[in-house]
Amino acid sequence: MSAAPVRVLVVDDEPPIRKLLRMGLTAQGYQILEAPNAKTALELLKDAPDLIILDLGLPDAHGLELLQTIRARNESVPIVVLSSRGDEAGKVQALDLGADDYVTKPFGMDELLARMRAALRHQLQTHGERPVFRVGDLSVDLVRRIVKTGEREVKLSPKEYDLLRVLVQHAGKVLTHKFLLGELWDDLTDAQYLRVYVRQLRQKIEADPEQPRYVLTETGVGYRLRAPD
Amino acid sequence: MADQRRDSEHRPSPEALLAAAHREESRIGRLRIFVGAAPGVGKTYEMLQQAHARKKDGYDVVVGIVETHGRRETEALLEGLEIVPRQRIEYKGQWLEEMDLDAIIARRPQIVLVDELAHTNAEGSRHPKRYLDVEELMGRGVDVYTTVNIQHIESLNDVVAQITHVRVRETVPDTVFDRADAVELVDLTPDDLIQRLKEGKVYVPRQAERALEHFFSPANLTALRELALRRTAERVDEQLLTEMQARAIQGPWAAGERILVCISDDPRSAGLVRYAKRLADRLHGPWLALYVEGRRSLQLSEEERDRIADTLRLAEALGGEAITLPAVDRQIADDVIRYAQANNVTQIVIGKSARTRWFEILHGSVVHDLVRRSGNISVQVIAGDTLASQPIPKKSVRAAEPDDPVNPQPYMFALLAVALALVCAEVIRPWFGVENVDLVFLTAVVGVAVRLGLWPSLLASVVSSLCYNFFFLPPIYTFTITDPTNIAAFIFFTIVAIIVSTVAARARTQVVAATDRARGTESLYSFSRKLAGAGTLDDVLWATAYQTALMLKVRVVLLLPEHGSIAVKAGYPPEDILDDADIAAAKWAWENDRAAGRGSDTLPGAKRLFLPMHTGRGAIGVMGIDSDKPGPMLTPDQRRLLDALRDQGALAIERVKLVEDMDRVERAAETERLRSALLTSISHDLKTPLAAVLGAAGALRDLREKLSEAERLDLLGTIIDESERLNRFIANLLDMTKLESGAISPNVGLHDLGEIVGSALRRAGRILSHHKVELELAPDLPMLELDAVLFEQVLFNLLDNAAKYAPAETTIRIQSWRSGSSVCLCVLDEGGGIPSTDLDHIFDKFYRAQKTDQVRAGTGLGLAISRGFVEAMHGTIVAANRTDRSGAAFTISLPIPQARQNLEAAA
Repeated sequence: MSAAPVRVLVVDDEPPIRKLLRMGLTAQGYQILEAPNAKTALELLKDAPDLIILDLGLPDAHGLELLQTIRARNESVPIVVLSSRGDEAGKVQALDLGADDYVTKPFGMDELLARMRAALRHQLQTHGERPVFRVGDLSVDLVRRIVKTGEREVKLSPKEYDLLRVLVQHAGKVLTHKFLLGELWDDLTDAQYLRVYVRQLRQKIEADPEQPRYVLTETGVGYRLRAPD
Repeated sequence: MADQRRDSEHRPSPEALLAAAHREESRIGRLRIFVGAAPGVGKTYEMLQQAHARKKDGYDVVVGIVETHGRRETEALLEGLEIVPRQRIEYKGQWLEEMDLDAIIARRPQIVLVDELAHTNAEGSRHPKRYLDVEELMGRGVDVYTTVNIQHIESLNDVVAQITHVRVRETVPDTVFDRADAVELVDLTPDDLIQRLKEGKVYVPRQAERALEHFFSPANLTALRELALRRTAERVDEQLLTEMQARAIQGPWAAGERILVCISDDPRSAGLVRYAKRLADRLHGPWLALYVEGRRSLQLSEEERDRIADTLRLAEALGGEAITLPAVDRQIADDVIRYAQANNVTQIVIGKSARTRWFEILHGSVVHDLVRRSGNISVQVIAGDTLASQPIPKKSVRAAEPDDPVNPQPYMFALLAVALALVCAEVIRPWFGVENVDLVFLTAVVGVAVRLGLWPSLLASVVSSLCYNFFFLPPIYTFTITDPTNIAAFIFFTIVAIIVSTVAARARTQVVAATDRARGTESLYSFSRKLAGAGTLDDVLWATAYQTALMLKVRVVLLLPEHGSIAVKAGYPPEDILDDADIAAAKWAWENDRAAGRGSDTLPGAKRLFLPMHTGRGAIGVMGIDSDKPGPMLTPDQRRLLDALRDQGALAIERVKLVEDMDRVERAAETERLRSALLTSISHDLKTPLAAVLGAAGALRDLREKLSEAERLDLLGTIIDESERLNRFIANLLDMTKLESGAISPNVGLHDLGEIVGSALRRAGRILSHHKVELELAPDLPMLELDAVLFEQVLFNLLDNAAKYAPAETTIRIQSWRSGSSVCLCVLDEGGGIPSTDLDHIFDKFYRAQKTDQVRAGTGLGLAISRGFVEAMHGTIVAANRTDRSGAAFTISLPIPQARQNLEAAA
């Protein structure tokens, strides 16, 4: 991390959640800005936060609307959305509107921190690409297009490789079906194709394809490649 | 009936209390009748004076109708009282004024004055009789003051006619009089009345002047006055009786007198019935009118049948019980005595026979038989009065004349049979001789009697004897007989032929009657069987309408109450629109529980006749019938059949409604059970993890320094685990709510089963940390149409369940294989399995196995949700015990998508 503390804007109407986030994140070296509603949140945007944690259920505006407004003003700031289980459609919508990731309430602090790191890293990553991606015993050399599990090289079809490449480029971040389909096929909208390629990719790179360790399913939302440790 | 009222114990009889309560609480208006012995005694005057007194007391009094007949004293009294304007009704080009019933109802006074209760309304009014108007007003909660002269009381009609030789056509049923809350006698001595008449103070219509001159004789007036006094006294007696019953005063009540009056087709039966009514009133006993349907009943003309039905109805109108019995014995008297004894009758009233001596010898005399065999039952033989043979005025529904003219066909056949016998006789004469050919004719007579009935066989008898004489008795071909032996033979032949034909015809009549009765019973039975089979209200209504329409050849509509009114619910042929007149008649029939519409007393202008349908518990609906036939629709037989059909239909409707009520109660009980289970579940399952979290957090805060690092971590672990449990519980509650509110609409797409299994395992990772998981998924499983989120939840719940019931360190196995056109997925654990008694209920809400020994942490919702979700995805889920070892096995079966099956079939 750089010397200047990362500034996190927490938008949530529940004081206990804000308090929890303040304590947890401050202990991790983050600087916290708090907004109990959409109005304050928009005002605090001028303080140029490095990351926004946004609760979708706000008293004065719908979280998705606020998300759109923020994206309209500042398109690069990473946004992690807090949502509830069962609202998969809301999550997908938030991601499609430009959120970087989501955490399902109730959440553990470790999970939130991981998501925040992934979102921040992705932002940094766009500036300096790293040549070889490693997670567990999987390594992907994006320059030479070589994929290995341990020492064994894995032969991937071009589509499988493209899928893995997109996942690697956004490692740790959830990617919606729509996003992946758009990246890989342009014109296809049926997630079924995606599932077929994910299954094939898993059979090649996972030790146990039924209990994958790298390419993780976010049920109802999309896929996520495990972030480097 | 009244004998039930006579309760020997010292407590108010329920019926008396009910009657009083009914009067006092159901806002039925009270009726005060001012009774006078004759016109001119001052009833209207007295009524108006009391009206003024009430008005002074602050009551809202209006005049509905008062006839002053130009009397100045009376007119003066009208001043200061609000008068509801009369309505004008046009009848045959004449304008008649009548009381405006609707205006009074709209005005809603507390007391309304309605003069001359016995008045007959102009045609076109709602009710033909004014007392019906009064009943409606009372039904609407308005108190009514009215006047009536004693000769208008139905049961006194005969007596008055006897005394005065003037028969009054306008009568008021006794029940109206008896039901009055107060009866006030306006009395004037005959001398005073005659004095007033002379002074011109009594209104006399011109056309009746002469009759009235005779009417107002001192003797008549004295008799009428006595009648009025007596009738009012009887009423006071009744009131006293009611009072005594209500207060349980043990009184000197007559010891169970019970009167039975025998009625026949004799026109004087009506007089008998009225006599029985008065007798019963005097004795304070219940009474009943009995008609025994004997052999002769079948030969009655429709007019006679109608008279019997009318007499029975009169008995009911007068408060008696009307009973019809089929004859069992040869002697009607035996039937009457048997019924009387079975029903504790103390007195039998019967009319003096007007039969000829000859008739009595032939048919026997019921009166004589009755007197001879009655034992300890008194028999009163009443001489009929010819005046009483006037037709009974009131008829609620007019009946149709059955179109049954004398059919000549049987007579033709009878003659044909005799002709045939003649030919036979001619053929056999050479061999058998003249003495035996009469048997051939007798055979023909018997045959005719058995096949065609009495009259054709009598014709055959006569013709046969003539033929016998003409063709066979010498000198032949003449009607003269020379041989005295042959004269005897001829006479005896004639007598035998007539007796044989009578006996055979009687046998036939009985067979026909029995067949008819059997057919009637059979059709009613089949109707009730159809009704019993009908499960829903619609079915019952339809069956009732259809059967009634079929059996009576009429069109039928059925109306049931709905939103405070009634609406058409079924019809045959189907019909759901009634015109305004019909709707009004149907409503009236429903509200007043009486017949209305075509052919009845009320709104006879309607297209249909509406009859209320009721059971012992009250009115249930209204049946409307109509047919294209002009005039009255039903013969008396059909009317009786309709009554039976209506009763059965009403019972069936009530039954279905009761079942529906019971269902509702049961559902309410089930809801109640679930609600209490939910409360128990919430209080336990919500509070347990909360208590653990609170306790652990409290310990961490308060005992921080005294705890070792390991203990602190343990407490923190508890907090996290219990919070997650709480979270799962709440999620389950939410899922259940969604399922029950029908908010689950699966978002299906083609999914890889293995992928969902994987994500479910990942989510259940922490729960399964103490168990081993083994996956056995067939490699070539097709993709399935699933909602991934729902299915993951199903698997998660099953895994959660397995982790809960199987001991730690055992293996949870997930197997999946293809089975025909579906894919099965099975979650097996190594726990104790499911008790067989629980297998049926395990998917029920809030159901938890092994209730007795230990309560596992859980909601009892997980499996219910799983089933709900699986079924939403068109799959099935079953619970079983493992066969290879102990443990539970939950198997989900999901169909392979049709497209995929087609693809495979093509390949």
